[in-house]
Amino acid sequence: MIEIKNINKSFGDNNVLRNISFKFEKGKTNLIIGESGSGKTTLLRILIGLNKANSGEVLYDGRDFINLNTKEKRKLRQEIGVLFQRGALYDYMNVEENIMFPLTMFTNQSHEEKLHRVNDCLEKVNLENSNKLSINELSGGMIKRVSIARAIVMKPRYLLCDEPNSGLDPKTAIIIDNLIQKITIEGNITTIVNTHDMNSVMEIGEVIAYINNGEICWSGSKEELINNNNPELNNFVFASKLFKRLKKI
Amino acid sequence: MKTLLLHLGQYFIMIRKVFSFPEKKNVFFKQLNQELKKIGLDSLGIVTIISFFIGAVVSIQTAFNFESPLYPKYLIGYATRESLILEFCPTMLSLILAGKVGSNIASEIGSMRVTEQIDALEIMGVNSASFLILPKIIAAVLFFPALIILSISIGIIGGWIGCQTVSITTASYLYGIKYEFSSFYVSYCLIKTVVFAFIIASVSSYFGYYTKGGALEVGSSSTRAVVYSSIVILIFNFILTDLLLG
Repeated sequence: MIEIKNINKSFGDNNVLRNISFKFEKGKTNLIIGESGSGKTTLLRILIGLNKANSGEVLYDGRDFINLNTKEKRKLRQEIGVLFQRGALYDYMNVEENIMFPLTMFTNQSHEEKLHRVNDCLEKVNLENSNKLSINELSGGMIKRVSIARAIVMKPRYLLCDEPNSGLDPKTAIIIDNLIQKITIEGNITTIVNTHDMNSVMEIGEVIAYINNGEICWSGSKEELINNNNPELNNFVFASKLFKRLKKI
Repeated sequence: MKTLLLHLGQYFIMIRKVFSFPEKKNVFFKQLNQELKKIGLDSLGIVTIISFFIGAVVSIQTAFNFESPLYPKYLIGYATRESLILEFCPTMLSLILAGKVGSNIASEIGSMRVTEQIDALEIMGVNSASFLILPKIIAAVLFFPALIILSISIGIIGGWIGCQTVSITTASYLYGIKYEFSSFYVSYCLIKTVVFAFIIASVSSYFGYYTKGGALEVGSSSTRAVVYSSIVILIFNFILTDLLLG
């Protein structure tokens, strides 16, 4: 479980996050939703230590990430898999080398052991036999799947995904969503997905937190989301004509 | 002034992060090997061409200025050697390499920054500064002296070809090349080269590492890397010359 307590963050005079507290549950796909600029990416960056909060706590199963020493923080980071919005794959490495990289850096496994694990991960993301492809040969969906494979290669306890569906067609987006959910259930991982894609919310949203103007304004399940009476949340969720029509039905 | 101090502070913080012990020796040597090829071997062509023609032009210009019969002809070889060893090869070639290698380093690291590849390294628990920059600095410091020695040799050959066009005999050119040779000048040249190599690799890495934004900013980081590396090289050229020859 990942718990955040009273997180505050400002950039100069701009208060991006205000007193945010939330519990992200283990074995579930936890979604952070909100408009662009609402502060959800900043929150995710604080969770993984790329931004420092002005105050507050980030607890990974009780371990206060912000106050850990460098060595402890480094060890904890190896338990976290991150899927970046644009994949963040190393373009001078091929698919196999990208996925193998964390194993090379942090384990003393033999090449055969590492290769076995890489193939295992590639199979999980349905990219068998793609080991030798270079990154510029991959489609958007394949980049996301390779990134997921790299994120799970160290068997993480926590998986954090920043807008995993951005730039993907609806069909590929659902494949990626389902993949994230499958990995979460299989590994009993605490997964946090940062998204503003309503298809994702309806597909995999188990625990949903809605951020607006730097505050968590609402939280619940996707069923509760459909029947909610929060006007701001409804304006965000049912923004399109299609969703407005579905809401009426 | 405040901005300059800010940049200096950030630069030294980065350098401190860079000089930490490599996490995995085999990964480090693999990176170093790649950088030696990219920074060193890939510069051989341009260094050879520039050195040859500059050597030829220096000898022709010297011959043109020493037309008086009072000057012995061997002075052309002597002046060519001195200008190549003392200034042209270590300084001018370093400025050229700041353009070629420096912009390459800044744009490579800058692209990695804006595409979140550096963030990905940090999140995994890898010291990104050491992982990316240390092999580049070491490759430059190791390979640039070899490039400069090669440049001096090719420049001297170029000078000899130049002499053939202005009717200076090979014997007097070679006599001038050997005349009153001081090995300290070569040491001075290599000391300067090592310092310049460090400047090029570290300053360019700095501008790449702290790139913010997108493709446009990568381009401007690359330009700033070349400009600032060149300025710092010129300042250190003055300081080192004053310290070692002054």
